[in-house]
Amino acid sequence: MENIGIISYGANIPQFRIKTEEIASVWGKDGKIISRGLGIQEKSVPGLDQDTATISVESARAALRRCNIDPQDIGAIYVGSESHPYAVKPTGTIVGEAIGATPDLMVADYEFACKAGTAGVQTCVGFVKADMIKYGLAIGADTSQAAPGDALEYSASAGGAGFIIGKDDVIATINHTLSYTTDTPDFWRRAERKYPSHGGRFTGAPAYFKHISNCATRLMEKMQTKPEDYDYAIFHQPNGKFPVNVAKKLGFSLEQVKQGLLTPVIGNTYSGAAMLGLASVLDVAKPGDHIFMISYGSGAGSDGFDITVTDKIKDLKIENAPLVAEMVEDKKYIDYGTYAKYTDLLYWE
Amino acid sequence: MGGVARFWREIPQRYNLIGNKCEECGQVFFPPRESCPKCRRKSMGKIKEIKLTGKGKIVTYSIIHVGPEEFEEQVPYPIAIIQLDEGPRITAQIVDCDIHDVKIGMKVESTFRKIQQDGSTGAIYYGYKFIKRK
Repeated sequence: MENIGIISYGANIPQFRIKTEEIASVWGKDGKIISRGLGIQEKSVPGLDQDTATISVESARAALRRCNIDPQDIGAIYVGSESHPYAVKPTGTIVGEAIGATPDLMVADYEFACKAGTAGVQTCVGFVKADMIKYGLAIGADTSQAAPGDALEYSASAGGAGFIIGKDDVIATINHTLSYTTDTPDFWRRAERKYPSHGGRFTGAPAYFKHISNCATRLMEKMQTKPEDYDYAIFHQPNGKFPVNVAKKLGFSLEQVKQGLLTPVIGNTYSGAAMLGLASVLDVAKPGDHIFMISYGSGAGSDGFDITVTDKIKDLKIENAPLVAEMVEDKKYIDYGTYAKYTDLLYWE
Repeated sequence: MGGVARFWREIPQRYNLIGNKCEECGQVFFPPRESCPKCRRKSMGKIKEIKLTGKGKIVTYSIIHVGPEEFEEQVPYPIAIIQLDEGPRITAQIVDCDIHDVKIGMKVESTFRKIQQDGSTGAIYYGYKFIKRK
Protein backbone atom coordinates (compact mmCIF):
# COMPACT_ATOMS: atom_id res chain seq x y z
CA MET A 1 0.00 0.00 0.00
CA GLU A 2 1.16 3.57 -0.65
CA ASN A 3 1.96 5.77 2.32
CA ILE A 4 -1.64 5.99 3.46
CA GLY A 5 -2.49 6.27 7.12
CA ILE A 6 -3.34 8.42 10.08
CA ILE A 7 -2.80 12.19 9.81
CA SER A 8 -4.15 12.98 13.27
CA TYR A 9 -6.48 11.61 15.91
CA GLY A 10 -8.53 12.65 18.91
CA ALA A 11 -10.59 11.02 21.61
CA ASN A 12 -13.38 11.81 24.04
CA ILE A 13 -14.45 10.04 27.22
CA PRO A 14 -17.30 11.41 29.37
CA GLN A 15 -16.35 12.35 32.93
CA PHE A 16 -18.80 10.25 34.92
CA ARG A 17 -17.90 6.80 36.28
CA ILE A 18 -19.79 4.09 38.10
CA LYS A 19 -17.99 1.29 39.91
CA THR A 20 -18.79 -2.35 39.16
CA GLU A 21 -19.40 -2.85 42.90
CA GLU A 22 -22.00 -0.06 42.96
CA ILE A 23 -24.00 -1.73 40.16
CA ALA A 24 -23.62 -5.17 41.73
CA SER A 25 -24.88 -3.96 45.12
CA VAL A 26 -28.18 -2.89 43.54
CA TRP A 27 -28.79 -6.40 42.21
CA GLY A 28 -27.66 -8.27 45.32
CA LYS A 29 -24.47 -9.59 43.71
CA ASP A 30 -20.92 -9.72 44.99
CA GLY A 31 -19.25 -6.79 43.23
CA LYS A 32 -15.72 -7.98 43.94
CA ILE A 33 -16.36 -11.34 42.27
CA ILE A 34 -18.02 -9.72 39.26
CA SER A 35 -15.30 -7.09 38.94
CA ARG A 36 -12.62 -9.79 39.04
CA GLY A 37 -14.56 -12.08 36.70
CA LEU A 38 -15.07 -9.40 34.04
CA GLY A 39 -11.82 -7.56 34.63
CA ILE A 40 -13.74 -4.27 34.92
CA GLN A 41 -13.38 -1.97 37.93
CA GLU A 42 -15.54 0.89 36.68
CA LYS A 43 -17.10 2.25 33.51
CA SER A 44 -17.71 5.66 31.95
CA VAL A 45 -21.24 7.06 31.84
CA PRO A 46 -22.45 9.85 29.54
CA GLY A 47 -23.94 12.97 31.12
CA LEU A 48 -27.50 14.02 30.27
CA ASP A 49 -26.15 16.31 27.55
CA GLN A 50 -23.74 13.82 25.98
CA ASP A 51 -24.44 11.32 23.22
CA THR A 52 -22.71 9.76 20.23
CA ALA A 53 -22.92 13.05 18.30
CA THR A 54 -21.26 15.13 21.04
CA ILE A 55 -18.54 12.51 21.60
CA SER A 56 -17.93 12.32 17.84
CA VAL A 57 -17.70 16.09 17.45
CA GLU A 58 -15.33 16.45 20.40
CA SER A 59 -13.11 13.62 19.06
CA ALA A 60 -13.03 15.18 15.59
CA ARG A 61 -12.23 18.64 16.96
CA ALA A 62 -9.43 17.18 19.10
CA ALA A 63 -7.96 15.55 15.97
CA LEU A 64 -8.13 18.83 14.05
CA ARG A 65 -6.52 20.82 16.88
CA ARG A 66 -3.48 18.55 16.68
CA CYS A 67 -2.74 19.10 12.97
CA ASN A 68 -2.76 21.86 10.42
CA ILE A 69 -5.25 20.62 7.88
CA ASP A 70 -8.12 22.69 6.51
CA PRO A 71 -11.43 20.99 7.47
CA GLN A 72 -12.65 21.88 3.97
CA ASP A 73 -10.13 19.33 2.64
CA ILE A 74 -11.96 16.53 4.46
CA GLY A 75 -13.91 14.78 1.73
CA ALA A 76 -15.66 12.05 3.72
CA ILE A 77 -16.90 11.44 7.25
CA TYR A 78 -18.02 8.05 8.57
CA VAL A 79 -19.36 7.71 12.09
CA GLY A 80 -19.59 4.15 13.38
CA SER A 81 -21.89 3.56 16.33
CA GLU A 82 -24.74 1.43 17.58
CA SER A 83 -26.14 4.35 19.55
CA HIS A 84 -26.64 7.04 16.92
CA PRO A 85 -28.93 9.66 18.50
CA TYR A 86 -31.43 9.32 15.64
CA ALA A 87 -32.65 6.11 14.02
CA VAL A 88 -33.06 8.14 10.81
CA LYS A 89 -30.91 11.28 10.42
CA PRO A 90 -27.16 10.99 10.27
CA THR A 91 -24.74 11.77 13.07
CA GLY A 92 -22.09 12.46 10.43
CA THR A 93 -23.83 15.62 9.18
CA ILE A 94 -23.74 17.06 12.71
CA VAL A 95 -20.01 16.30 12.86
CA GLY A 96 -19.42 17.73 9.38
CA GLU A 97 -21.14 21.00 10.25
CA ALA A 98 -19.50 21.26 13.68
CA ILE A 99 -15.98 20.96 12.28
CA GLY A 100 -16.59 23.11 9.22
CA ALA A 101 -16.22 20.32 6.66
CA THR A 102 -19.56 20.79 4.87
CA PRO A 103 -20.89 20.94 2.15
CA ASP A 104 -18.58 19.21 -0.37
CA LEU A 105 -18.51 16.05 1.67
CA MET A 106 -19.49 12.39 1.60
CA VAL A 107 -21.15 11.28 4.82
CA ALA A 108 -22.66 8.09 6.14
CA ASP A 109 -23.36 6.56 9.51
CA TYR A 110 -22.16 3.02 9.98
CA GLU A 111 -23.47 0.28 12.24
CA PHE A 112 -21.64 -3.01 12.78
CA ALA A 113 -21.92 -3.52 16.53
CA CYS A 114 -18.50 -2.72 18.02
CA LYS A 115 -16.51 -2.51 14.79
CA ALA A 116 -18.39 0.19 12.88
CA GLY A 117 -15.63 2.71 13.59
CA THR A 118 -12.83 0.61 12.13
CA ALA A 119 -15.07 -0.12 9.11
CA GLY A 120 -15.10 3.66 8.64
CA VAL A 121 -11.29 3.72 8.74
CA GLN A 122 -11.22 1.08 5.98
CA THR A 123 -13.63 3.11 3.85
CA CYS A 124 -11.48 6.22 4.23
CA VAL A 125 -8.33 4.27 3.36
CA GLY A 126 -10.04 3.08 0.18
CA PHE A 127 -11.18 6.55 -0.89
CA VAL A 128 -7.76 8.08 -0.15
CA LYS A 129 -6.04 5.29 -2.07
CA ALA A 130 -8.35 5.89 -5.03
CA ASP A 131 -7.54 9.62 -4.89
CA MET A 132 -11.23 10.39 -4.56
CA ILE A 133 -10.66 12.43 -1.39
CA LYS A 134 -7.69 14.20 0.19
CA TYR A 135 -8.66 13.38 3.77
CA GLY A 136 -11.30 11.17 5.36
CA LEU A 137 -12.51 11.25 8.94
CA ALA A 138 -13.50 7.97 10.59
CA ILE A 139 -15.06 8.01 14.04
CA GLY A 140 -16.06 5.18 16.35
CA ALA A 141 -18.23 6.35 19.26
CA ASP A 142 -20.94 4.97 21.47
CA THR A 143 -23.09 5.61 24.50
CA SER A 144 -23.91 1.95 24.72
CA GLN A 145 -27.09 0.73 26.34
CA ALA A 146 -27.65 -2.16 28.73
CA ALA A 147 -30.88 -3.37 30.25
CA PRO A 148 -31.03 -2.92 34.05
CA GLY A 149 -29.80 -6.10 35.73
CA ASP A 150 -28.30 -7.57 32.54
CA ALA A 151 -24.66 -8.69 32.52
CA LEU A 152 -23.93 -5.95 29.98
CA GLU A 153 -24.76 -3.32 32.57
CA TYR A 154 -21.31 -3.80 34.11
CA SER A 155 -19.54 -3.04 30.84
CA ALA A 156 -21.65 -0.89 28.46
CA SER A 157 -20.03 2.56 28.60
CA ALA A 158 -19.42 5.74 26.62
CA GLY A 159 -16.54 7.18 24.63
CA GLY A 160 -15.07 7.46 21.19
CA ALA A 161 -12.14 8.36 18.98
CA GLY A 162 -11.73 9.90 15.56
CA PHE A 163 -8.96 9.41 13.00
CA ILE A 164 -8.14 11.63 10.05
CA ILE A 165 -6.93 9.42 7.22
CA GLY A 166 -4.79 10.76 4.42
CA LYS A 167 -1.69 10.30 2.32
CA ASP A 168 1.99 11.27 2.66
CA ASP A 169 2.34 13.34 5.86
CA VAL A 170 1.02 10.48 7.98
CA ILE A 171 1.94 10.01 11.65
CA ALA A 172 1.26 6.28 11.24
CA THR A 173 1.17 4.29 8.04
CA ILE A 174 -1.60 1.74 7.63
CA ASN A 175 0.48 -0.97 5.93
CA HIS A 176 -2.49 -3.24 5.37
CA THR A 177 -6.07 -3.85 6.46
CA LEU A 178 -8.32 -6.85 5.99
CA SER A 179 -11.49 -8.29 7.51
CA TYR A 180 -12.91 -11.65 8.54
CA THR A 181 -16.70 -11.80 8.39
CA THR A 182 -19.41 -14.45 8.91
CA ASP A 183 -23.10 -14.43 9.83
CA THR A 184 -23.01 -15.16 13.55
CA PRO A 185 -25.93 -13.99 15.72
CA ASP A 186 -24.12 -13.55 19.05
CA PHE A 187 -25.47 -10.11 19.96
CA TRP A 188 -28.17 -7.93 18.41
CA ARG A 189 -30.73 -5.24 19.01
CA ARG A 190 -33.99 -5.52 17.12
CA ALA A 191 -35.46 -2.44 15.45
CA GLU A 192 -37.26 -0.11 17.89
CA ARG A 193 -35.95 -1.99 20.91
CA LYS A 194 -34.17 0.01 23.58
CA TYR A 195 -31.75 -2.65 24.81
CA PRO A 196 -29.67 -5.29 23.04
CA SER A 197 -29.94 -9.05 23.51
CA HIS A 198 -27.07 -11.50 23.45
CA GLY A 199 -26.32 -15.19 23.33
CA GLY A 200 -24.55 -15.31 26.71
CA ARG A 201 -21.59 -17.67 26.44
CA PHE A 202 -22.19 -17.95 22.69
CA THR A 203 -20.57 -14.51 22.43
CA GLY A 204 -17.22 -16.13 23.32
CA ALA A 205 -15.69 -19.01 21.34
CA PRO A 206 -17.77 -18.98 18.11
CA ALA A 207 -17.99 -15.21 18.01
CA TYR A 208 -15.29 -13.01 19.59
CA PHE A 209 -12.46 -15.54 19.71
CA LYS A 210 -13.10 -17.13 16.30
CA HIS A 211 -13.30 -13.84 14.40
CA ILE A 212 -10.43 -12.08 16.13
CA SER A 213 -8.15 -15.13 15.88
CA ASN A 214 -8.90 -15.74 12.21
CA CYS A 215 -8.52 -12.08 11.30
CA ALA A 216 -5.26 -11.83 13.26
CA THR A 217 -3.81 -14.99 11.71
CA ARG A 218 -4.73 -13.92 8.18
CA LEU A 219 -3.23 -10.46 8.72
CA MET A 220 0.06 -11.89 10.04
CA GLU A 221 0.15 -14.37 7.14
CA LYS A 222 -0.35 -11.54 4.66
CA MET A 223 2.26 -9.33 6.32
CA GLN A 224 4.58 -12.28 7.00
CA THR A 225 4.89 -11.19 10.62
CA LYS A 226 4.84 -12.86 14.02
CA PRO A 227 3.39 -11.53 17.30
CA GLU A 228 6.86 -10.59 18.54
CA ASP A 229 7.33 -8.26 15.55
CA TYR A 230 4.86 -5.80 17.08
CA ASP A 231 5.42 -3.24 19.84
CA TYR A 232 1.72 -2.88 20.63
CA ALA A 233 -1.37 -5.02 20.06
CA ILE A 234 -4.93 -3.78 20.41
CA PHE A 235 -7.90 -6.12 20.47
CA HIS A 236 -11.57 -5.30 20.84
CA GLN A 237 -12.33 -5.30 24.54
CA PRO A 238 -15.91 -6.16 25.60
CA ASN A 239 -14.50 -6.86 29.06
CA GLY A 240 -11.03 -6.94 30.61
CA LYS A 241 -10.55 -10.67 30.15
CA PHE A 242 -11.33 -11.49 26.49
CA PRO A 243 -8.60 -9.29 24.94
CA VAL A 244 -5.95 -10.65 27.30
CA ASN A 245 -7.03 -14.24 26.60
CA VAL A 246 -7.14 -13.84 22.83
CA ALA A 247 -3.75 -12.10 22.91
CA LYS A 248 -2.25 -14.98 24.88
CA LYS A 249 -3.75 -17.55 22.49
CA LEU A 250 -2.27 -15.74 19.52
CA GLY A 251 1.15 -15.43 21.16
CA PHE A 252 1.11 -11.77 22.23
CA SER A 253 2.30 -10.74 25.67
CA LEU A 254 0.45 -8.68 28.26
CA GLU A 255 3.18 -6.06 27.81
CA GLN A 256 2.13 -5.59 24.17
CA VAL A 257 -1.55 -5.33 25.08
CA LYS A 258 -1.73 -3.19 28.21
CA GLN A 259 -1.32 0.32 26.70
CA GLY A 260 -4.32 -0.27 24.44
CA LEU A 261 -6.46 -1.96 27.10
CA LEU A 262 -8.91 0.53 28.60
CA THR A 263 -11.98 -1.56 29.41
CA PRO A 264 -10.87 -2.30 33.01
CA VAL A 265 -11.10 1.42 33.81
CA ILE A 266 -13.73 2.81 31.41
CA GLY A 267 -15.80 -0.22 30.38
CA ASN A 268 -16.66 -1.26 26.84
CA THR A 269 -17.10 1.78 24.62
CA TYR A 270 -18.35 -0.49 21.79
CA SER A 271 -17.52 1.23 18.46
CA GLY A 272 -15.06 3.38 20.38
CA ALA A 273 -13.26 0.48 22.08
CA ALA A 274 -10.51 -0.57 19.65
CA MET A 275 -10.17 3.00 18.37
CA LEU A 276 -9.68 4.44 21.86
CA GLY A 277 -7.12 1.66 22.41
CA LEU A 278 -5.29 2.83 19.28
CA ALA A 279 -5.50 6.46 20.42
CA SER A 280 -4.01 5.45 23.77
CA VAL A 281 -1.16 3.66 22.00
CA LEU A 282 -0.48 6.61 19.67
CA ASP A 283 -0.37 8.89 22.75
CA VAL A 284 2.88 7.18 23.76
CA ALA A 285 4.16 5.70 20.47
CA LYS A 286 7.54 6.52 18.99
CA PRO A 287 8.66 6.56 15.34
CA GLY A 288 9.13 3.02 14.07
CA ASP A 289 6.71 1.40 16.53
CA HIS A 290 4.75 -1.42 14.94
CA ILE A 291 1.08 -1.69 15.95
CA PHE A 292 -1.33 -4.59 15.48
CA MET A 293 -5.04 -3.88 15.86
CA ILE A 294 -8.04 -6.20 15.53
CA SER A 295 -11.54 -4.90 16.18
CA TYR A 296 -14.60 -7.08 16.59
CA GLY A 297 -18.25 -6.42 15.85
CA SER A 298 -20.97 -8.86 16.79
CA GLY A 299 -22.99 -10.25 13.96
CA ALA A 300 -20.02 -10.82 13.23
CA GLY A 301 -16.71 -9.61 11.90
CA SER A 302 -13.22 -8.39 12.67
CA ASP A 303 -11.14 -5.69 10.97
CA GLY A 304 -7.39 -6.09 11.20
CA PHE A 305 -4.78 -3.34 10.81
CA ASP A 306 -1.00 -3.44 10.54
CA ILE A 307 0.31 0.04 11.38
CA THR A 308 3.78 1.60 11.57
CA VAL A 309 4.37 4.88 13.38
CA THR A 310 6.40 7.41 11.35
CA ASP A 311 8.77 10.30 12.20
CA LYS A 312 5.88 12.70 11.59
CA ILE A 313 4.36 11.78 14.94
CA LYS A 314 6.93 14.13 16.48
CA ASP A 315 5.33 17.05 14.59
CA LEU A 316 1.84 16.27 15.86
CA LYS A 317 0.66 18.93 18.33
CA ILE A 318 -0.43 16.27 20.78
CA GLU A 319 -0.66 18.81 23.63
CA ASN A 320 -3.54 20.61 21.88
CA ALA A 321 -6.01 17.96 23.06
CA PRO A 322 -6.20 15.75 26.16
CA LEU A 323 -4.45 12.38 26.16
CA VAL A 324 -6.56 9.26 26.66
CA ALA A 325 -4.85 8.65 30.03
CA GLU A 326 -5.78 12.17 31.16
CA MET A 327 -9.43 11.64 30.25
CA VAL A 328 -9.42 8.27 32.04
CA GLU A 329 -8.20 10.02 35.19
CA ASP A 330 -10.53 13.04 34.89
CA LYS A 331 -13.52 11.37 36.52
CA LYS A 332 -16.43 11.91 38.84
CA TYR A 333 -18.11 8.94 40.50
CA ILE A 334 -21.88 8.63 40.53
CA ASP A 335 -24.22 6.27 42.38
CA TYR A 336 -26.71 3.91 40.72
CA GLY A 337 -29.61 6.34 41.16
CA THR A 338 -27.77 9.06 39.24
CA TYR A 339 -26.65 6.46 36.69
CA ALA A 340 -30.31 5.44 36.21
CA LYS A 341 -31.24 9.08 35.54
CA TYR A 342 -28.32 9.72 33.17
CA THR A 343 -28.89 6.58 31.13
CA ASP A 344 -32.64 7.01 30.85
CA LEU A 345 -33.55 3.93 32.90
CA LEU A 346 -36.32 5.89 34.59
CA TYR A 347 -39.61 6.30 32.80
CA TRP A 348 -42.47 8.46 33.74
CA GLU A 349 -45.45 9.71 31.83
CA MET B 1 -42.02 22.10 14.29
CA GLY B 2 -41.30 25.85 14.15
CA GLY B 3 -38.34 25.25 16.44
CA VAL B 4 -36.56 23.14 13.83
CA ALA B 5 -36.27 25.93 11.24
CA ARG B 6 -35.18 28.47 13.86
CA PHE B 7 -32.57 26.12 15.24
CA TRP B 8 -31.31 25.28 11.75
CA ARG B 9 -30.81 28.99 10.98
CA GLU B 10 -28.73 29.34 14.13
CA ILE B 11 -26.47 26.31 13.52
CA PRO B 12 -23.38 28.42 12.60
CA GLN B 13 -23.65 30.27 15.91
CA ARG B 14 -24.65 27.30 18.07
CA TYR B 15 -22.10 24.82 16.69
CA ASN B 16 -19.17 27.05 15.77
CA LEU B 17 -19.60 30.42 17.51
CA ILE B 18 -19.64 32.30 14.22
CA GLY B 19 -19.79 36.01 14.98
CA ASN B 20 -18.66 39.04 13.06
CA LYS B 21 -16.37 42.02 13.36
CA CYS B 22 -16.59 45.68 12.42
CA GLU B 23 -13.44 46.36 10.44
CA GLU B 24 -13.92 50.10 11.04
CA CYS B 25 -13.58 50.00 14.84
CA GLY B 26 -12.57 46.39 15.48
CA GLN B 27 -15.51 45.47 17.72
CA VAL B 28 -16.58 41.82 17.61
CA PHE B 29 -20.24 40.80 17.79
CA PHE B 30 -21.91 37.60 18.89
CA PRO B 31 -24.53 36.89 17.74
CA PRO B 32 -23.53 38.59 14.49
CA ARG B 33 -24.96 42.03 13.67
CA GLU B 34 -25.92 43.56 10.34
CA SER B 35 -24.05 46.77 11.13
CA CYS B 36 -21.91 48.25 13.88
CA PRO B 37 -24.00 50.29 16.36
CA LYS B 38 -21.03 52.60 16.97
CA CYS B 39 -19.76 53.17 13.43
CA ARG B 40 -23.24 52.86 11.90
CA ARG B 41 -23.13 53.94 8.23
CA LYS B 42 -19.32 53.74 8.13
CA SER B 43 -19.50 50.02 8.93
CA MET B 44 -21.55 49.21 5.83
CA GLY B 45 -19.67 46.61 3.79
CA LYS B 46 -17.03 46.34 6.50
CA ILE B 47 -18.65 43.70 8.68
CA LYS B 48 -16.58 40.53 8.40
CA GLU B 49 -17.58 37.08 9.61
CA ILE B 50 -15.22 35.51 12.17
CA LYS B 51 -15.11 32.26 14.09
CA LEU B 52 -14.65 32.86 17.79
CA THR B 53 -12.16 30.66 19.63
CA GLY B 54 -14.59 29.70 22.39
CA LYS B 55 -12.10 30.72 25.06
CA GLY B 56 -13.03 33.19 27.76
CA LYS B 57 -13.66 33.76 31.45
CA ILE B 58 -16.66 33.88 33.73
CA VAL B 59 -17.89 37.41 34.45
CA THR B 60 -20.71 36.29 36.70
CA TYR B 61 -22.87 33.22 37.25
CA SER B 62 -25.95 31.86 38.93
CA ILE B 63 -26.76 28.37 40.17
CA ILE B 64 -30.12 27.23 38.82
CA HIS B 65 -32.06 25.20 41.37
CA VAL B 66 -35.45 25.40 39.66
CA GLY B 67 -34.88 24.99 35.94
CA PRO B 68 -37.17 25.24 32.94
CA GLU B 69 -39.02 22.03 32.10
CA GLU B 70 -36.39 20.66 29.68
CA PHE B 71 -33.59 21.28 32.18
CA GLU B 72 -35.29 19.97 35.34
CA GLU B 73 -33.22 16.79 35.35
CA GLN B 74 -29.98 18.77 35.37
CA VAL B 75 -30.54 20.97 38.46
CA PRO B 76 -28.60 22.29 40.23
CA TYR B 77 -26.49 23.66 37.37
CA PRO B 78 -24.50 26.85 36.75
CA ILE B 79 -25.40 29.40 34.09
CA ALA B 80 -22.71 31.97 33.48
CA ILE B 81 -22.09 35.16 31.55
CA ILE B 82 -18.79 34.57 29.82
CA GLN B 83 -16.50 37.22 28.41
CA LEU B 84 -14.96 35.69 25.32
CA ASP B 85 -11.33 36.54 24.53
CA GLU B 86 -12.50 38.40 21.41
CA GLY B 87 -14.79 40.65 23.46
CA PRO B 88 -18.43 39.57 23.25
CA ARG B 89 -20.25 38.30 26.33
CA ILE B 90 -22.47 35.28 26.04
CA THR B 91 -24.68 33.32 28.39
CA ALA B 92 -24.10 29.59 28.65
CA GLN B 93 -24.29 26.57 30.90
CA ILE B 94 -21.09 25.44 32.70
CA VAL B 95 -20.70 21.64 32.70
CA ASP B 96 -18.32 18.98 34.05
CA CYS B 97 -17.67 21.25 37.02
CA ASP B 98 -18.94 20.96 40.58
CA ILE B 99 -21.27 23.89 41.33
CA HIS B 100 -19.05 24.83 44.29
CA ASP B 101 -16.00 25.10 42.04
CA VAL B 102 -17.47 27.70 39.68
CA LYS B 103 -15.77 31.05 40.29
CA ILE B 104 -15.90 34.55 38.83
CA GLY B 105 -12.80 34.95 36.65
CA MET B 106 -12.50 31.21 36.01
CA LYS B 107 -11.06 30.47 32.57
CA VAL B 108 -13.42 28.41 30.43
CA GLU B 109 -13.64 27.00 26.91
CA SER B 110 -16.54 25.89 24.78
CA THR B 111 -17.58 22.28 24.34
CA PHE B 112 -20.18 20.65 22.10
CA ARG B 113 -23.22 19.33 23.96
CA LYS B 114 -26.85 18.46 23.60
CA ILE B 115 -28.86 21.53 24.62
CA GLN B 116 -32.44 20.30 24.43
CA GLN B 117 -34.82 18.18 22.42
CA ASP B 118 -38.44 18.34 21.28
CA GLY B 119 -39.54 15.46 23.48
CA SER B 120 -38.69 11.85 22.67
CA THR B 121 -39.90 12.07 19.04
CA GLY B 122 -38.70 15.55 18.05
CA ALA B 123 -35.42 17.02 16.87
CA ILE B 124 -32.34 17.15 19.09
CA TYR B 125 -30.65 20.54 19.38
CA TYR B 126 -26.90 20.72 19.89
CA GLY B 127 -24.73 23.69 20.70
CA TYR B 128 -22.15 25.25 22.97
CA LYS B 129 -21.72 24.86 26.68
CA PHE B 130 -18.55 25.69 28.59
CA ILE B 131 -16.08 23.68 30.65
CA LYS B 132 -13.23 24.78 32.88
CA ARG B 133 -10.17 25.39 30.70
CA LYS B 134 -7.64 22.63 31.12
